[in-house]
Amino acid sequence: MDFSYSDEQRMLKDMVDRVVADQYGFEQREKIIKSDAGYSPDVWAQFAELGLLAVPFSEAAGGFDGGGAELMVVAEGFGRGLVVEPYLSSVVLAGTFLDAALPDDTKAGALEAIIGGEQRYALACYEPDGRYDPHWIETTAKKDGEGYVLDGKKAVVLGGDSADQLLVIARSSGDNPSANGLSAFLVAGDAEGVSREGYTTFDGHRAAEITLANVRVGADALVGSEGGAAAPLQHALDRGVVALCSEATGAMEVACDLTLDYIKERKQFGVPIGSFQALQHRMVDMRISLEKVRSMTLWAACSLEAPEAERRQRLAAAKYMVGKAGRHVAEEAIQLFGGMGMMDESSVSHYAKRIVLIDHYLGDRNYHLDRLIDQLGEESAAA
Amino acid sequence: MDIQYNEAELAFRDEVRAFVAEKLPKSISDKVKSSEHVSPDDMITWQRALYEKGWLAINWPEEHGGPGWSPIQKHIFEEETAEAGAPRILPFGLNMVAPVIIKFGTQAQKDYYLPRILKSEDWWAQGYSEPGAGSDLASLKCRAERDGDHYIVNGQKTWTTLGQHANMIFVLVRTDTTVKKQEGISFLLVDMENTPGVTVRPLITLDGAHEVNEVFFDNVKVPVENLVGEENKGWTCAKYLLTFERTGIAGVGISKAALAHLTEIARNEKAEGKPLIEHPRVAEKLVELELELMAVEMTNLRVVSAAEAGGVPGAESSFLKIMGTEVRQKISDLYRELAGPYALPFPDEEIIEDAIGPDFSGSAASTYFNLRKLSIFGGSNEIQKNIISKAILGL
Repeated sequence: MDFSYSDEQRMLKDMVDRVVADQYGFEQREKIIKSDAGYSPDVWAQFAELGLLAVPFSEAAGGFDGGGAELMVVAEGFGRGLVVEPYLSSVVLAGTFLDAALPDDTKAGALEAIIGGEQRYALACYEPDGRYDPHWIETTAKKDGEGYVLDGKKAVVLGGDSADQLLVIARSSGDNPSANGLSAFLVAGDAEGVSREGYTTFDGHRAAEITLANVRVGADALVGSEGGAAAPLQHALDRGVVALCSEATGAMEVACDLTLDYIKERKQFGVPIGSFQALQHRMVDMRISLEKVRSMTLWAACSLEAPEAERRQRLAAAKYMVGKAGRHVAEEAIQLFGGMGMMDESSVSHYAKRIVLIDHYLGDRNYHLDRLIDQLGEESAAA
Repeated sequence: MDIQYNEAELAFRDEVRAFVAEKLPKSISDKVKSSEHVSPDDMITWQRALYEKGWLAINWPEEHGGPGWSPIQKHIFEEETAEAGAPRILPFGLNMVAPVIIKFGTQAQKDYYLPRILKSEDWWAQGYSEPGAGSDLASLKCRAERDGDHYIVNGQKTWTTLGQHANMIFVLVRTDTTVKKQEGISFLLVDMENTPGVTVRPLITLDGAHEVNEVFFDNVKVPVENLVGEENKGWTCAKYLLTFERTGIAGVGISKAALAHLTEIARNEKAEGKPLIEHPRVAEKLVELELELMAVEMTNLRVVSAAEAGGVPGAESSFLKIMGTEVRQKISDLYRELAGPYALPFPDEEIIEDAIGPDFSGSAASTYFNLRKLSIFGGSNEIQKNIISKAILGL
């Protein structure tokens, strides 16, 4: 047992911290969010050049074969800087899906454009009536000669507003919410029949509502086997959860640091407000919440290859803790900043928004708690 | 980064498991697991078994009889023994007075007391708190005046845990009233059995238990050779004792065993005709407790791992104390809830022996109320937050 970073992990961390520090000042970030694209092509190109877009992929896919720990290191750094580039959508969700679904000899070709940063992909999975259930897929894939016809609606597709390629999860057989019968198709973002309503999210990212109406694709659009998308989907969502928890850890760390600095400086009644015990104890409670999230994230990140039951439990546990303890830190940061915490011009408010909204991606606290309760029930039935 | 135990660590865990399986009597572990009263004899039986194996004084240096374990080994040992239902090791001799004697004591004190502690020949009590000195320990008033080769001790100590069984007590006494309060304190060892003037009176706690006591000193003559360290430097000893080896403070193993016990109860006991575990609110609480406990466990491992790498856990142990005691108290809260109406019968000794209602319910309410102490003793959780504010946050 050794929780320290390896030399390579430390170098990766330094690299991410440096590029975020150089490229991600508060005003730079504001500009990026307000730009038409909603991300910075320059920053994205720099990520590609540094190899960050290859971190979670297998060697066969042309990646660095990074595990959960490496993904955690990168995403934590992005969380500290509130990076809005579409790393989660293109690299972590769509990219690792392709890596898991495709045979070794075709992986490198399929992932080249993602790793090089030339193209951005988005995973179009969740649907309005399924909410956080990745297996509730009403979008249909019907055989049409050699190819398929896709019809349906996808909700809050991260990075879906401008992605070059959409990785669409559709039901080719079976009934909801069965994991069997799900298939994945690569569809160009501007393909005929695809309409996208893009928007900025509350935490500064981009997403889209996507409608697929009679979208015809060839047999070569199918990724992996027909009906076999559930396993690579789980692979991708697990990595997405690790990335989100790690981002939350980084963002919570900064929110705690900013708050601590503020209560040391801000004077009322002639003294720094940090001299008041009521605030000191609240500050300590924030740090306890941060440590809980850091611990659970670390456990989840190091459990991606663990046996199924443990992996499921630890990933859900980490996401749950991010929802619970994250909200606590965000609310307390605003409270301790007082009126300044309410301001758009205060960076702490942006950290608070990101931390709270992370709960709304890939299953919130309630969703993951329900899965854990299901798991307890399964164990009891087996006992 | 590797959160798994390596081969050597796993082998050590197996060795501990095998030892516990062989040497810990089931009659004792059953009591511990179901939160029943563990007798002094039970505790001594387990301590003697550990002593014979050389595993009792895990935090002592090897030259005095410690096993020479790494922080990870100590952690594994504490986890495994707690999960298996071993009674707690009485800390007052082994983990409180002994480290102080090793660090500040004379050769004669080491030669005499340390072997007796190892063999469980003395039962030590802690004489720190006073009616007017709790969190503000340094304001203590118990006086010791020098009279030739003796100190004459007068005053009162309180919250003396298991003092009714003790024959020795270490006390913080005031030896100089003219200086700053921390600078006039000394650390004395008192033979309770053979020194006239020491009176122990029981304090009955809200759960009906006799666990703590008050100890009165009335002109008690203590030989000067029972002073540990220098006169008026006792505060140094006191602080050292409070920070000594606190990575086990989170009590993760104990909480795991308690939660496993709860889960078993929830599977076996019924409400409205179906097992408690099938009631959504019970299932939700069990899962939430498990998650909270996982967070404490991993945070504890992070601190242990840092200690293994040479870091000295300081105020981090304050985090562990707060997190560990909060989850332990929440587990006891659910324990009480699961007992339902059978939390009501007051458990005098006979009822514990022969519970009214299901077996587990006899100690449910008393465990819940008894464990309110966790966030009060050993530096209340509010004091721990003050420590973190100062030492880690710089406030």
